[in-house]
Amino acid sequence: MSKKIGDVILDLQNISLRFGGVKALTDISFNVKEHEIRAIIGPNGAGKSSMLNVINGVYHPQEGKIFWHGNERKKMEPHMAAQQNIARTFQNIALFKGMSVLDNIMTGRITKMKSNFIEHALWFGRAKKEELEHRQKVEEVIDFLEIQHIRKTPVGRLPYGLQKRVELGRALAAEPSMLLLDEPMAGMNVEEKQDMCRFILDVNDQFGTTIVLIEHDMGVVMDISDRVVVLDYGKKIGDGVPDEVKNNEDVIRAYLGAGH
Amino acid sequence: MATQAKYAAVDGLHTFPRLLFHHATVRPNAPAMREKYLGIWQTWTWSDVADRVRALACGLAALGFKRGDNLAIIGDNRPHLYMMMTAAQCLGGVPVPLYQDAVANEMLFVLQDAGVRFVVVEDQEQVDKMLEVKDQVATLEHVIYDDPRGMRHYSQTFLHDIHELMEMGRIHDRNHPDFLNAEVEQGHFDDTSVMLYTSGTTGKPKGVCQTHTAFIAAAQGGVQVDNLGADGDILSYLPMAWVGDHLFSYAQALVAGFTINCPESGDTVMSDLREIGPTCYFAPPRVFESLLTSVMIRMEDAGKLKYKMFHHFMGVAKRCGADILDGKSVGFGDRLQYWLGNLLVYGPLRNVLGMSRIKVAYTAGAAIGPDLFKFYRSIGINLKQFYGQTETCAYVCLQPDGQIKFDSVGQPAPGVEIKIADNGEVLVKGPMLLKEYYKRPDATAETINAEGWFMTGDAGFLDEDGHLKIIDRAKDVGKLSNGAMFAPNYIENKLKFFQHIKEVVCFGHDRDMVCAFVNIDMGAVGNWAERRGIAYAGYTDLAGKPEVLELIRECVEQVNADLVHDSMVADSQIHRFLVLHKELDPDDDELTRTRKVRRNFVAEKYKVLIDALYAGKSNQYIETEVKFEDGRRGKVAADLKIIDAKTFPIVKKAA
Repeated sequence: MSKKIGDVILDLQNISLRFGGVKALTDISFNVKEHEIRAIIGPNGAGKSSMLNVINGVYHPQEGKIFWHGNERKKMEPHMAAQQNIARTFQNIALFKGMSVLDNIMTGRITKMKSNFIEHALWFGRAKKEELEHRQKVEEVIDFLEIQHIRKTPVGRLPYGLQKRVELGRALAAEPSMLLLDEPMAGMNVEEKQDMCRFILDVNDQFGTTIVLIEHDMGVVMDISDRVVVLDYGKKIGDGVPDEVKNNEDVIRAYLGAGH
Repeated sequence: MATQAKYAAVDGLHTFPRLLFHHATVRPNAPAMREKYLGIWQTWTWSDVADRVRALACGLAALGFKRGDNLAIIGDNRPHLYMMMTAAQCLGGVPVPLYQDAVANEMLFVLQDAGVRFVVVEDQEQVDKMLEVKDQVATLEHVIYDDPRGMRHYSQTFLHDIHELMEMGRIHDRNHPDFLNAEVEQGHFDDTSVMLYTSGTTGKPKGVCQTHTAFIAAAQGGVQVDNLGADGDILSYLPMAWVGDHLFSYAQALVAGFTINCPESGDTVMSDLREIGPTCYFAPPRVFESLLTSVMIRMEDAGKLKYKMFHHFMGVAKRCGADILDGKSVGFGDRLQYWLGNLLVYGPLRNVLGMSRIKVAYTAGAAIGPDLFKFYRSIGINLKQFYGQTETCAYVCLQPDGQIKFDSVGQPAPGVEIKIADNGEVLVKGPMLLKEYYKRPDATAETINAEGWFMTGDAGFLDEDGHLKIIDRAKDVGKLSNGAMFAPNYIENKLKFFQHIKEVVCFGHDRDMVCAFVNIDMGAVGNWAERRGIAYAGYTDLAGKPEVLELIRECVEQVNADLVHDSMVADSQIHRFLVLHKELDPDDDELTRTRKVRRNFVAEKYKVLIDALYAGKSNQYIETEVKFEDGRRGKVAADLKIIDAKTFPIVKKAA
């Protein structure tokens, strides 16, 4: 593969996050480079989702600095993350169950819409023109993810694997430069995992999207990521390309327990 | 009269490229092809198509494609792939469509056999297959792909984007403006227009070479019989390598000038069908069956009023619907009720099925159940069967309007002659016969006899109205010991139309009576048993329940009552049968992968059961080894009861 990995676009320095007396993250530093697939792994409760929430601006670390494209990021809210072209999916599917696949993916375009809600309600003038443009983008995502056959099906009626794919679709509809995936393959069967892997690689390859993902399936992580960071009890215990991480003593201990 | 004039004009244009350019002049702005892309139906008019075909043909020529070259085509039904067919024909080449879901190794034989230099494929998936086999296909020079998605990192110089090919072609066309017209002029109606490979259930696949004349004649015949005009629409969703798709989506579309519509993907066919509302539709029987099942299931959930209304009017339709469609005389009361039913039930139902505009729907490929067939006809859908092989352009018999018999495949189509050989085999002659098998003069000589009759390999007979009834493969037909014909498939199919019966194997060759093994359908019988509160513990147990045996006996006796009316097969009534304790399974080699019974294997494996059937025993113990999906082996044992079925005395027709 002739993939070009660029410069550091997200740099996290000495991040610590506490909930009262509970230390979720302790002094963690790592960075993400443009166009790479970066995995965060670790046992349950290691702080992986917290880390993602810090990147996304949901949690605000008490200590540490975050640099986004070289500029220090001050206090940030999730919607600002969206405006900075960071999109995400969730560990528990967070779609609108009663709405169709098409409408759900359309919600991913919301930050790009300029006309106000009265114009939308009347479907008049620029709102109409705008919707047609957005619909075009949404259809491209549908085509990309090969979900044409469920375009008009309410999401609640779909099997789990397809719902996960729709959620990825909604994130993609925002045309993100960075995509955060929280356990995109949890609870899937082998075939669904293969499909999802292919889509993640395709997104990365075709749109050059930087991807940060949390995943438990080691096989998947080692196969598709460029670099892996390993957390345990809120601390970073490993960081590097998959082969390095695989042979790291601390990582083996954390996963297999002492004595192995 | 208008139609006459139109076809006369077409008659003068006896190759497919000429037909295309004819349409492009006569109706340049009428839609020729549609494809759903990004949720919207994109349309190409006849002049768009002609332009692109021109560019593609010139592009191929620029790459070195020559008269007599074969062009392999692999992919789902896509407008560009259909255009590529015509483009190859423009240059005097031969398109060779392949089944797109085959793995690379299965394609290898055809690619080697046809000595393919050029391949056009749909997407990355197919490109990968070509890369896999490229080293083994010495002749392969160029691979052209339609969909560029995922192709960015492929740097091989023999790969070409179809749009680049068109661009090359346009330049070539500008530099040599007379080139293509001259090439098309050289095309002769006796040239091979397409090569379709037979599936090869017996030995290696053979390339069936069909000429322009053959397919044009077949298409014209069909278009005339069913009166298809240029305003029609057809949904093209069956594999391009299948002769039926080539006849309907390519030959007929070019002859009649109607529009072909390519679905968005294989999964969206049903919703695309509703959106397009085709005027002509083809599907194998199982598709019609699953459509009907989904309607029936939804009606079970409907409100009381709707439920009653539906069943009342379906009763009316059953009584007189098919007769009204056939133009037979029907009483005023029924006519009025049917009119009302059409307003309230049949019309909306046709709309839900995507068949509001259907002029004619076809089915073939397998036997269709009479109830299913009658259902569609009774709600006003002109469903017909046809009969034909790859070697005959799928064009031998058609069912003309008003003369539909569900158990026959119709009358010989215009221009086709039919003869029944002494052994019951159907022989066919006509303009649509194959030119030859590619590089296989031995096979050609074997299948076309000295007088020019094509041997279909099917056994059948013509009834008193001249309708052809196909009963079996000729090699499977045997004789009972009293000399009467024994056609196992014919009887088995009749039984398999019952929803409770999944598989049947009949025995009778050289015997004094017909006996049968029956496999119950676990889903249907299980459901039936549950509703009656019959407890059972798995397949073997259910298959041995006396109530189930009684249920199957009723089915067998109904078939016997039916068989006795047909003098050819009246002797083949089933005297004794048993219900097998295990399902016949491809894993145990009892069925082929396409789920056809391997008759001889089954007869040998269950010899003890056959002996018991003919020895007049009332039960027989058997133990069978079975293979599970994970490779483990186990044993199933049961004591099977043998049931005597009622047979009916044969009434000889008074002379």
